[in-house]
Amino acid sequence: MFSLFIKEVNAFFSNLSAYLITSIFLISLGLIVWVFPGTSVLDYGYADLEPLFSYTPFVFIFLLPAITMRMVAEEKKTGTWELLKTSPLKSYQIVVAKYLAALVLLFFSLIPTLIYYFSIVQLGDTIGNIDSAGFFGAYIGLFLVGALFAAVGLFSSCITSNQIVSFVIAAFLSFLLFGGISAMSLLTSGDLAVLLEGLGTDFHYEQMGRGVIVSENIYYFLGMILSFLVFSWILIYRDE
Amino acid sequence: MSIEIHQLSKRFGEQEVLHNVTFQANHGQVLGFLGPNGAGKSTTMKIITGFLQADSGEALVNGISVKKHPIAISKLIGYLPEHNPLYDEMYIPEFLSFIGGLYQMRRNLRNERVRIVMAQCGLTEERHKRIGNLSKGYKQRVGLAKSLVHDPEIIILDEPTTGLDPNQLIEIRQLIKEISKNKTLVLSTHIMQEVEILCDKVVIINKGTVVAQDSLQNLKASAGKSVVLLETEETILDEWLVGLSYSTLDRKSPGLLAFTCKDPKKLRLEIFEMIQRYNLNLVSIRQEEKNLESIFHSLTQS
Repeated sequence: MFSLFIKEVNAFFSNLSAYLITSIFLISLGLIVWVFPGTSVLDYGYADLEPLFSYTPFVFIFLLPAITMRMVAEEKKTGTWELLKTSPLKSYQIVVAKYLAALVLLFFSLIPTLIYYFSIVQLGDTIGNIDSAGFFGAYIGLFLVGALFAAVGLFSSCITSNQIVSFVIAAFLSFLLFGGISAMSLLTSGDLAVLLEGLGTDFHYEQMGRGVIVSENIYYFLGMILSFLVFSWILIYRDE
Repeated sequence: MSIEIHQLSKRFGEQEVLHNVTFQANHGQVLGFLGPNGAGKSTTMKIITGFLQADSGEALVNGISVKKHPIAISKLIGYLPEHNPLYDEMYIPEFLSFIGGLYQMRRNLRNERVRIVMAQCGLTEERHKRIGNLSKGYKQRVGLAKSLVHDPEIIILDEPTTGLDPNQLIEIRQLIKEISKNKTLVLSTHIMQEVEILCDKVVIINKGTVVAQDSLQNLKASAGKSVVLLETEETILDEWLVGLSYSTLDRKSPGLLAFTCKDPKKLRLEIFEMIQRYNLNLVSIRQEEKNLESIFHSLTQS
């Protein structure tokens, strides 16, 4: 399993398009956080990174599917899937190895944005005047949103051998989870509205953004991630 | 290590691709698995390796059920699929080491095995190349090396020489002969010459059903007839052939006839008498055993 994990990480970093995807992600965030007039923290007047946390999940809707779309779909298309499936790897080990690799790639994509935090610390009127608890709560929330989208992306990659289809399905499911379901809750009322709101990823993410890490939010993310990984495992297992 | 296939059946939707397929490959045997395109060879191999599940019947490797113990079986088998899937972006040692890792080999052993199989498959010189930059022949060698890294007892090769040029064909056949020593090897192919060179036993499958299985010698003997080829400078007339004890006659050209017969010795004597009687100029007369190709053709042409 470790061998497959390493192979996945290496495959990403030995591919030019991977650097392109990460660069576009970081440039987009840089423009949103520091340059665009409506969203720049320099015009914002407060020492926090609200624009980063507001817009990054929407960038993730495209970034994570771009990372995960090839993970299973490409193996199926090129036939290397047969190579993996006739090795002593169990189906769940394939899912776990590929998912962990996606998390590492997410981590490496996200980690450069920490520099924004240190920049704001320095730029604050009175250096260090920033709500660090809120920042790191939101940052963990951001990572969990990315981790959930990675699980969704892996699941989508298991559905098809076409990377484009995989990307589109993953982006759509991620959009449904982050914004779509909560928007639907506005169309309903009563318990159903509460239920739909609670199912939405944005609801739990916003709670974490306040700097309070409540166990139910963590359980939500872990539960959803685990569900999509189990769905992926079922799809792979059914292949047999 | 042996492979036993019992009453294997498999459907893809409405189409039955395997019907009660039964055969056995014993320890140390090289089994040639023959059949036309779409006969079910690859499906059978995929079931033996655990990639596909049969609808009914059982595949046993060394007495162990593939269906019940796919992981244990995968460690015993080295498998080269028909399309030889490889990771083009990897270097050869990197790829072979990755495969060793999948088989949970320790790093030292893995490095040692990678070195051995690269030397065995003639890849040492190419070790600095990415797989995507290799020729088809070398890619096939990498595929073979991949199936050998974990030193399996059983090797399954699905059409390993398809698409190779004549020189590569000879090299890969030589390599297969080399690696088949002390291993049980199942080889699917369309090329009869390959089977005659490499295999001890032959299984012929047609439309999902085994139509023949025996040793190569027995299969030829069971065909029961030999071919005598006669070539003369003159055109041989039909009336000269009256009384010769042949079964069928094929006029390949005016002066070249192919007789099938049960007793080639008797036919040869009769032909010599005919040549003397009509004062013909003999170019050649030779006897050929009915070859595997004609046996294959007669069993699978329906």
